[in-house]
Amino acid sequence: MPTVSASFWMVLPVVLPLAGGLLCFLWRQRSLWLPLAFALVNLIVVIRLTRLLLIQGPLHYQIGGWETPLGIVLVLDGPALLMLLLTALCGAGVTCYARGYFAYRISAQKQPGRHERQERFFWPLWLMLLAALNGLFLSGDIFNIYVTLELLSISAVALAALSGKPVAQLASFRYLLASLLGSLSYLLGIFFIYRSHGVLDLGLLRAVVEPGSSMTAGLVLMSCGLLLKSAAFPLHFWLPPAHANALAPVSAILSGLVIKGSLYLLFRFWFDTFASLISPAALNVIGMLGILAVFWGGILALLQQRLKLLVAYSTVSQVGYFLIAFPLAYHDATLSVWTAFLFMILAHGCAKVAMFMAAGTMYLHSGHDRMRDLHGIRLVMPLTVFAYGMAGVNLMGLPPSGGFVGKWLLLTGAFDDGQWWWSVAIMAGGLLAAAYVFRVMSPLFQAPVGASIFDGRPTPALLEWPPLVLSLIALLLGLFAPGIMALLTANGGAVISGGLP
Amino acid sequence: MTVLFAYKLGGLCLFFMGFTALILRSHPLKKIMAVNVMAAGVFLLFIAMACHGRVGVAIDPVPQAMVLTGIVVSVSVTALALVLACRIQETSGGAGSSEGEHPPQGDS
Repeated sequence: MPTVSASFWMVLPVVLPLAGGLLCFLWRQRSLWLPLAFALVNLIVVIRLTRLLLIQGPLHYQIGGWETPLGIVLVLDGPALLMLLLTALCGAGVTCYARGYFAYRISAQKQPGRHERQERFFWPLWLMLLAALNGLFLSGDIFNIYVTLELLSISAVALAALSGKPVAQLASFRYLLASLLGSLSYLLGIFFIYRSHGVLDLGLLRAVVEPGSSMTAGLVLMSCGLLLKSAAFPLHFWLPPAHANALAPVSAILSGLVIKGSLYLLFRFWFDTFASLISPAALNVIGMLGILAVFWGGILALLQQRLKLLVAYSTVSQVGYFLIAFPLAYHDATLSVWTAFLFMILAHGCAKVAMFMAAGTMYLHSGHDRMRDLHGIRLVMPLTVFAYGMAGVNLMGLPPSGGFVGKWLLLTGAFDDGQWWWSVAIMAGGLLAAAYVFRVMSPLFQAPVGASIFDGRPTPALLEWPPLVLSLIALLLGLFAPGIMALLTANGGAVISGGLP
Repeated sequence: MTVLFAYKLGGLCLFFMGFTALILRSHPLKKIMAVNVMAAGVFLLFIAMACHGRVGVAIDPVPQAMVLTGIVVSVSVTALALVLACRIQETSGGAGSSEGEHPPQGDS
């Protein structure tokens, strides 16, 4: 049983950012310290939870003291904690970066009122998104997950529309409709699942799940909704315009963190809660979608002329890798595949946040992100270009990056299972990633052509260091592998903590 | 039992009607309405599930709580979608969604 203090700590990642968001909303003046303080406190709380998990094993908390069939439970186990850590770490980085980003734009004096207004709305929305994301990872109840998914998409759409350009507004409207469709499909899935067993709690569901048409229908509907929200291959149409046209910190949040929420849920449902319903054929379909996504996203990324669109298409391609993990996990849904999946999520999260922040800094300085006109930008902002390159190393999957560990575990899984054909896609995808990363890097290193078009002001430290630190974390993630394994197996070797045995 | 079945069938029909409209209609307002019709279909299904038709047995309150929560979510999402649609209309200078139908003026 969790002690009082343990359960107290578990509620904080949801309550604190929510309170912070409301405070920022009430305090309309630009407040420098408030969002930063909340992001840092969130990080401290998650680190404290890590210690609790290592000492006590998986934690449960019944909200309001209600028992499970009626009440809602918060569950903290190894995978959930790693997702919380990723969110808190990237969240702190994005908060610092956003501070510098808005300060830089406001000081440019072009349209100061507009940028100040954007910053005023950015903070509350961002902290509420953080609360929704933390709530999603901690929820142990399918309906509560629906609510957090909706909160997540509301704040994400509002953030995406913040830039105010017509093209961004149109893109975020499409994003909203796509994610609403996903939510409703998920809700219809809940109907079928509740109809057959009358429980919503994940732990109780795992204990009672048995194959049947109603359960299958429910799982298919929920999975389709989640696939749409995670921009899996044929359903990715909304992602590139929405992610590429948002403000730089917003793009980083959307691409690095928001889509991870639904991907994580999908993996959790398929390999934990509803594992007994899964057939190899279904897994192969998901894997095929993954392969198509890797190639389609990679090729379209190669064809883009704008840097931010390229990074957005690379997200489509990387989502494919997460889906390829599904068929490989079937025979061995234990430690190694959870580790591979989470490693890729952690590495991609940090790297993509860093990449979008670096691309955003280049955009700020040059006023555009057309790649052929970015020659010689390395001379102006060496650290940013370095951060971009390190994040690219992660996407390619070179050692010792976290992306390398993830791909390596996937490859060994593929060969051990005798399903070697998946490995072809994994390696070819790495080559494609190398091609589109180097396509950006080479003009950045060329000598500038003609007069310098760049904004003459120096890059503030807040714009340079967060992407660099995050990309280095992603790069060195492979060295932390033993620690991450220890977290996954905290107290007793079970990767997942169920409510019931 | 047949009445309950009719409710469930109706709920499913509403869901798929909304889905079709969401895909086929290009006007923003029609898309928003389509999503609301879909949500109404799902809510109807939940309500029909709560009522099992047996006399003297308590009705399950959980689906009703879920529907109430769902309605709250649906209202706030609709508000956001409407604001976005208005903003698109303003910034694109009344050119509508740039493709497809002309925006019909209010007829009431």
